[in-house]
Amino acid sequence: MTAAPVVELAGVSKRFGGSAGAVDALSGIDLRIGRGEFVSLIGPSGCGKSTLLRIVGDLIAPTSGSVTVNGKTAAQARLDRDYGMVFQVPVLFDWRTVQKNVELPLEIIGMPKPERAAKASSMLALVELSAFAGHRPWQLSGGMQQRVAIARALALDPAILLMDEPFGALDEMTRERMNLELLRIWERTGTTVIFVTHSIPEAVFLSTRVVVMSARPGRITHVVDVDLPRERNVDTREMERYFELVTEVREALRAGEGPPADGDPASGRVRAEGLSG
Amino acid sequence: MATAAAPAVPAALGSGRLTTRRRLHPAVGFLLIVAVLVVLWEAAKWLAGDPWRYDSFLGTGIAIDHRPPFRIVPFNDINLPHVWDIVAALFGTDARGQTLLQVLIGAGLFTLRNAALGFAIGALVGLGLAIVIVHIRLLERALVPLLVVSQTIPIIAIAPLIVIGLRADWLGVAVVTSYLTFFPVTIAGIRGMRAYDPRAYELLTSYAAGRRTILWKLRLPASTAYLFTAFKVGATGSIVGAIVGELPSGITQGLARQILTAMQYYTLAPGKLWAAVVVASIFGIGVFLLVTLVERQVLRGARPVESGAEA
Repeated sequence: MTAAPVVELAGVSKRFGGSAGAVDALSGIDLRIGRGEFVSLIGPSGCGKSTLLRIVGDLIAPTSGSVTVNGKTAAQARLDRDYGMVFQVPVLFDWRTVQKNVELPLEIIGMPKPERAAKASSMLALVELSAFAGHRPWQLSGGMQQRVAIARALALDPAILLMDEPFGALDEMTRERMNLELLRIWERTGTTVIFVTHSIPEAVFLSTRVVVMSARPGRITHVVDVDLPRERNVDTREMERYFELVTEVREALRAGEGPPADGDPASGRVRAEGLSG
Repeated sequence: MATAAAPAVPAALGSGRLTTRRRLHPAVGFLLIVAVLVVLWEAAKWLAGDPWRYDSFLGTGIAIDHRPPFRIVPFNDINLPHVWDIVAALFGTDARGQTLLQVLIGAGLFTLRNAALGFAIGALVGLGLAIVIVHIRLLERALVPLLVVSQTIPIIAIAPLIVIGLRADWLGVAVVTSYLTFFPVTIAGIRGMRAYDPRAYELLTSYAAGRRTILWKLRLPASTAYLFTAFKVGATGSIVGAIVGELPSGITQGLARQILTAMQYYTLAPGKLWAAVVVASIFGIGVFLLVTLVERQVLRGARPVESGAEA
């Protein structure tokens, strides 16, 4: 955190729609993320955490405020291919093999064929899927597909990995395994990660910092520093400090929700969606 | 981790096994349906057609003298000739000693050549239009209604216009054919090139991919299944289109002339027109199967679809 920030958001807000039915998705977001950090964004549905991720990645333009990435504008960072994106679903192309899926970003930057084949192979080795290079995506399990997506996101050695609920569609067992896998990859590559999640334990287990958000308008209510040892494994989930941090994040989330029985039917609906997601 | 999950893969690969083991070969099914239709056809004639009088039925030596119990005009020998009369017409020879089948196949190949050219032009123009429309939203609203209108004009009305206006030869015929082919390709192309996961678009955008890269890496591959459906419609229609195009152009080597001649002599030899129809539809089925074959090659390795959706 002491190093120069990789991502710096200052006064970022986002308003969707026209003047009549406008929705404030985000309001007054200030956030600095240092090199090699693992920052989770957590909050109820509709708090704008995915929107925030897309603003950092220059997939959505903010209504106001500034986004600086590696000292450049977000647009310039995107043109420089500083980003690796991972979505809730793997978004692999059925018409390509696993190997060719990982090669996709390398093709786009015009890397020569032998080099990109070698690079994709080493990425598949990183996610331990070398044996499946010639398979089609649909022949793989959901967790394996998501690992291919991670390999693809890392292929360009991005400065920042943007992950939008990447394990949200996986079962609990697979999810925990993927968490360990992701930490191992993060250790090895040293990349900066911004990670959107619905899961409190996941956020605490993975992150160096957890950013807690609340909805309408989407804003940051708490930032929880995760002072667990950097080396994390299955035992981390049984540490007392881990439980304390989980409780801290949960209470921060509850505090951000406001008075529970406010009689607003919409808020109940949003909360129910948050649980199912 | 990878090795632990490996056994799941062969199971997924085997998902197609169940369907291929018990199911009939499609060709067998098709021939069965043709056989059923032939039986129904002759049953109708047996019940309500013209009297059957044979000294030796199909050379078997069996004499038949059957008076159908009912009379329904459409089932008489002029409207529905016996199947064996149609077959006999196919193998009857003309003044030059050629069988009608040989003549029709020759004519069919001639028509096929024009149809193929027209199909190629139509598919290219159709795909080109779809690509332009997908990229310029304003054009979609302006152009698509116009394209719909173009398809409401009876092809028989504009065929002379095109064929005589352009040139009364193969090029004119090909243009008429392409007029029938391009439309399904355009409509399917527009739909298909937007049928990707929006996140796939975001993914490519995050790699700073330009429009052309997105077209080649995402839009076109994502639309192949849609396009091949349109190619099947277009290829089958191209045979009809080429025949219609030949009519006003006075081309004598194609199927159109054969059908015209058979129509003129219909009351004398109804089997000949039916023979021409059978051969024309066999060519239509042929090009359909050809497109299906190409599709299988292009889409091999793609996610298996429900068995019903393959055709």
